[in-house]
Amino acid sequence: MAINETQRPDIERIPVNLTVNGRTVTDNVPPELTLLDFLRDWLGLKGAKRSCDMQVCGACTVLVNGRAVSSCTFLAFEARNDEVTTIEGLAQDGELHPLQQSFIDNAAFQCGFCTPGMILAAKSLLDQNPHPNEEEIRAYMKGNICRCTGYKKIVEAIEGAALVQ
Amino acid sequence: MLRPFKLHEPTSVDDAVSLLGQFGEEAKVYCGGTELLLAMKEGLLRYNHLVNIKTIPGLDEVGYDQASGMLSIGATVTHTALEHSPHIQSHFPMIAEAEGNVANVRVRNVGTIGGNLCFSEPHSDPGAFLLLFDTQVEIQGSGGQRTIPLAELTLGPFETCLEDDEILTRILVPQFPQGMTGAYLKFGYHARPTLGVGVSVRLEPKTSTGEQIEGAVVAEVRVAVGSAGPKAVRVAEAEQLLVGKTVAELLPRSNGGESSTMNEAGRIAGRASDAMDDIHGSGEYKEHMVGVFLKRAFAEAINTR
Repeated sequence: MAINETQRPDIERIPVNLTVNGRTVTDNVPPELTLLDFLRDWLGLKGAKRSCDMQVCGACTVLVNGRAVSSCTFLAFEARNDEVTTIEGLAQDGELHPLQQSFIDNAAFQCGFCTPGMILAAKSLLDQNPHPNEEEIRAYMKGNICRCTGYKKIVEAIEGAALVQ
Repeated sequence: MLRPFKLHEPTSVDDAVSLLGQFGEEAKVYCGGTELLLAMKEGLLRYNHLVNIKTIPGLDEVGYDQASGMLSIGATVTHTALEHSPHIQSHFPMIAEAEGNVANVRVRNVGTIGGNLCFSEPHSDPGAFLLLFDTQVEIQGSGGQRTIPLAELTLGPFETCLEDDEILTRILVPQFPQGMTGAYLKFGYHARPTLGVGVSVRLEPKTSTGEQIEGAVVAEVRVAVGSAGPKAVRVAEAEQLLVGKTVAELLPRSNGGESSTMNEAGRIAGRASDAMDDIHGSGEYKEHMVGVFLKRAFAEAINTR
């Protein structure tokens, strides 16, 4: 909460009342605060990563009301009444989400930096289209970039999760 | 990092216009933010006031008038909403498909059609394919309301004819004439097109898919080129060259598929694109590829009958 100590009274704040991974969060945010900084610096949720900072790579992907967004370029106040889901919110009662398990089973990551964004983008795909074919998976996921694995195992992990769901 | 700014959230276009008038060059309309915030993060643009127009009721609606065939899109409608709009899927399938290929899914979920057109990034897809429809835009400012052709909105890269206190409120897209079909193809690395070519065509006699069409004549054709140069353009000179020709003449089965008329139309469209050298390729290369894609888009427009 280091940021709160540096609060300046002359900066306007916007009240937000959102849920993050099912927990209610009530706060006042400056308009220029990005959702990524809100999640990482205010709430301590480090799963979403800053990488390109310009909505190209997908490492900062989170879900806002189920829609994938780039949290690096999405202002926190825009989520003021919404449900935000980060990678930290997917496992339930200690049990991994089928997508998380499938990424492990298919060895679909190496360094893991892109993985939270990959899994959340894949979740929004499967929520809309529970049984996508390979072409649909590749078209939907083309905005998430991985520099380690190539994409074959990622596609296979998503196909695998779609079978389990 | 984003510099601090003050956010304004008007609930009517009139209020938004008066805020913009009050703050002048210190203020900018904020909508999806997918392009504006990038430029502000880099310090390329600096505003002390942002006016969020997503809080204005009605601007996020898509309407279709069956009688006139006019599609009306509010400025704050997102690309994702356009892709999935039932009106657009049934009456403007080309737009639904092209919108589904704008940038990536995260940008489409947040980015708006009004913001896209007003930011006038030269690689905008909608800025190019909407030219095929004789699209008009409604603008509201302190001087009242005006409606202008989309082709007149964009002056050049990141530059429109909007005054400081004017807001683009709606985009009006008339249906194609009966029997006209279109296609928009883009070429480039990942989501950012190096060039985009749209073609719509109406053949006579009217034929349906699967029929022999070699003898059919191009009664009407529209050509739009974007991304390669400073702004998207309609290419009337190429259109005039193609009108009156038969499909067999433009897409011959013999001569290796080469048509001197189609090649000449491609050269004209390439020159009209005013292609620029950049990291995606030389202007000369892009001019050539505009011709290649003109031919492919023409063939696809015919095949989507």
